[in-house]
Amino acid sequence: MSEKQMQPTEGSKPKGFEPQIVAFFCNWCTYTAADLAGVSRMKYAPNVRIIRVMCSGRVDPQFIMKAFAQGADGVLIGGCHPGDCHYSTGNYKCLRRMRMVQRILQRFGLQKERFRLEWISGAEGDRVRAVVNEMVEQVRKLGPLDLPGKMKKLDEELAEHEMHVEPAREAAHV
Amino acid sequence: MADNTGNGQKTNGLPRIGFYICHCGSNIAGIIDVVAVAKFAETLPGVVVSREYKYMCSDPGQELIAQDIKEHKLERIVVASCSPNLHEETFRKAAQKGGLNPFYFQMVNIREHASWVHENKAAATLKAKDLCRAAIYRVRLHKALEKRRVPVNPDVLVVGGGIAGIHAALTLANAGKKVTLVEREATIGGHMAMFDKTFPTLDCAACILTPKMSAVKSHPNITLWTYSEVEKVDGYVGSYEVTVKRKPRYIKEDLCVGCMECIEACVFKEAKVPDAFNQGLSKRRPIYIDFPQATPKVVVIDPATCINVKTGKCKKTCVEACDRDAIDFTQKEEKVQLKVGTIVLATGFKPFDPKKSPHYGYGKYPGVFTALEIERLVNASGPTSGEVLTRDGRHPKAVGIIHCVGSRDEKTNKWCSRVCCMYSLKLAHLIKEHSGAEVYNFYIDMRAPGKAYEEFYEKLLSEGVHFIRGRVAEVTDWAMTKEEEGKLVLRVEDTLAGFVRRVPVDMVVLATGLVPQSDAGDVRRVFNIGCGKEGFFQERHPKLAPVNTFTDGVFIAGACQAPKDIPDTVAQAGAAAAEALALVDAGFVELEPNTSYVLEEECCGCKNCIPLCPYTAISFDETKKKADINEVLCKGCGVCAAACPSGSIVQNLFEDAEIYSEIEGVLAR
Repeated sequence: MSEKQMQPTEGSKPKGFEPQIVAFFCNWCTYTAADLAGVSRMKYAPNVRIIRVMCSGRVDPQFIMKAFAQGADGVLIGGCHPGDCHYSTGNYKCLRRMRMVQRILQRFGLQKERFRLEWISGAEGDRVRAVVNEMVEQVRKLGPLDLPGKMKKLDEELAEHEMHVEPAREAAHV
Repeated sequence: MADNTGNGQKTNGLPRIGFYICHCGSNIAGIIDVVAVAKFAETLPGVVVSREYKYMCSDPGQELIAQDIKEHKLERIVVASCSPNLHEETFRKAAQKGGLNPFYFQMVNIREHASWVHENKAAATLKAKDLCRAAIYRVRLHKALEKRRVPVNPDVLVVGGGIAGIHAALTLANAGKKVTLVEREATIGGHMAMFDKTFPTLDCAACILTPKMSAVKSHPNITLWTYSEVEKVDGYVGSYEVTVKRKPRYIKEDLCVGCMECIEACVFKEAKVPDAFNQGLSKRRPIYIDFPQATPKVVVIDPATCINVKTGKCKKTCVEACDRDAIDFTQKEEKVQLKVGTIVLATGFKPFDPKKSPHYGYGKYPGVFTALEIERLVNASGPTSGEVLTRDGRHPKAVGIIHCVGSRDEKTNKWCSRVCCMYSLKLAHLIKEHSGAEVYNFYIDMRAPGKAYEEFYEKLLSEGVHFIRGRVAEVTDWAMTKEEEGKLVLRVEDTLAGFVRRVPVDMVVLATGLVPQSDAGDVRRVFNIGCGKEGFFQERHPKLAPVNTFTDGVFIAGACQAPKDIPDTVAQAGAAAAEALALVDAGFVELEPNTSYVLEEECCGCKNCIPLCPYTAISFDETKKKADINEVLCKGCGVCAAACPSGSIVQNLFEDAEIYSEIEGVLAR
């Protein structure tokens, strides 16, 4: 078990908790904005890991599930402003999907602050900084999500359950 | 250079990976412990070479990769350095030089996305490790790909007929390319045609512009479409399909010789319509020509004011007067299709609307003018034939020029418009020359950075023009003394003398800044390019790709990109033309192979993907009941791949498995 998975579960907010945020940024607007933030030497929280996609419309809801399942505390998606998509409408498609994702995540019990979709144009380096900083602070307050840890615990419980159920079932058969 | 060359290291069947991390001088190494990252990377499965090097993008850096590929039989390359937008191509080529397929490469952005944006060294190093791990996981899954080659149509479209568009069109046409120049107004010339003289040489704008305008008109390689607008652009670099709206000017262009008999004959005996070319300082008739050197020299009928166009009930004296039968009221708006390979956008700027700074009294006091109005006033072919007169016909004895109106102002626009200091100096000189008035310049900082610009400022200082350093607080007609009666008073803190002054003048000139065209937002959507937050078109890179945009084959020139003066505009137009020429003369363009394709055996034929594609690249094969993607039309956004419920659409370079491995990689701590 890795160090991170050993952290206490949600809500207890351990000291020194650093949220892990996975970001999917579109190549043309938000990824460029993040480059601009760099060129302009704007400083923001180091908790975000940016993954480049060509268009926010490429973000499959499964990517988000995968990120949470792998231990992300938050997922951020960045695309071009409505009407500005390099591929004309990819960001609208992203928006449609992400509304659904947001609902599903909330039903799973994830706080809505853990998932965020933002429109950031290539000229808005300062917005990358602001959004990342704000999201990191919000997620920090929520504490670790630790889905892998929870899943593991669930698996263990299930295994233990099986251990009790199986002999009983076998006994019943006999 | 510390390195691990674990040549004999077993990779358990994984591809043999070479990992390289760049110091970028101290840009990366100053914050990120590159040695630690390199040591960390060598522990990851598959990595057989892990090195850190001062400048990976340098020739020796690239050579290192090529050498290692041969020496260590590397099958994948990962470079952690700057943004892939800068050097992805460099390192792909280095991989290729070593004999690898260039797409067996992944770049990690640890400069723009880490060392430059973080101060905590430990956190930045941790982040770099995470990102490098993700790239190493990802690159294992990379596939050999080929760039697509598409032919480039040699014809070029230039949009905007100001000095930028004119220069770009002429450069391209002189190189033997067929150019279509589309201009929205009835004549080309743009703002430069309205100017009187140009700084700092004081050569007359018309004298240097009109030969170029005529050259455009007479050039066998240029098709000039004025009074026309680009409505739609389809296609991609090398083969754009453009729809141009040609507004009816109610004149047969090939018949009109510009004799202007029809204008004299118009039923409107008096000109009643404000003349836009003269900034509304004079009036024109519904049938008009903007200025004597208008190109094409063809009159135009304004449908908003012509009685015949509006009601059909007019004696049509103009038609009678035209002995060439050039007037044609049956003309309708036309949509014309055009096929070009590249596009140069030179749509220019708009002067700041001074009504947005009401404390300067524009529109309230008749004595307040914009700089462009003064350009027309001092122009010999302008509304006053070059006499500097106030709106009520008085010769001003004192004139105040207020700098930075709509520039360097928190309340309006923060940017410096770059040209206003210089044109204010020029106007000061011209006003003094034409009227002998005392001229006061109210400036914040005098900005004269250009060849012979500072010298021009020196010259003005010696001409007895007054310079007062301070931002004018208010223009008012409220007289406090007898001398101020009937005058406009400028209230200003003289920041050099250190007290508040009241300067009474007869005429106020507002040095209005440059702002984007009102419809710049619509235009850039048509051409699928970006805008900065102030609304000027966004260049691909502020230094290294100043005329390129993020859309291949679309270039920008002139003040549509940012405020700039005529020399810079012309230089940029030449650069844009050269960039277009480079594409045209190569004859083909190589496209990223990030298109999507359908795994036929997995496609369930649900058709979900078909309406999602903005380029109608996906069709449905009715016999096989499978979707099919046309690679030529696909632009590689990956929207379909994200939507496919059976996972049967694969986007090259961004395959699901590749992105999953990246997600795993960044979180695998």
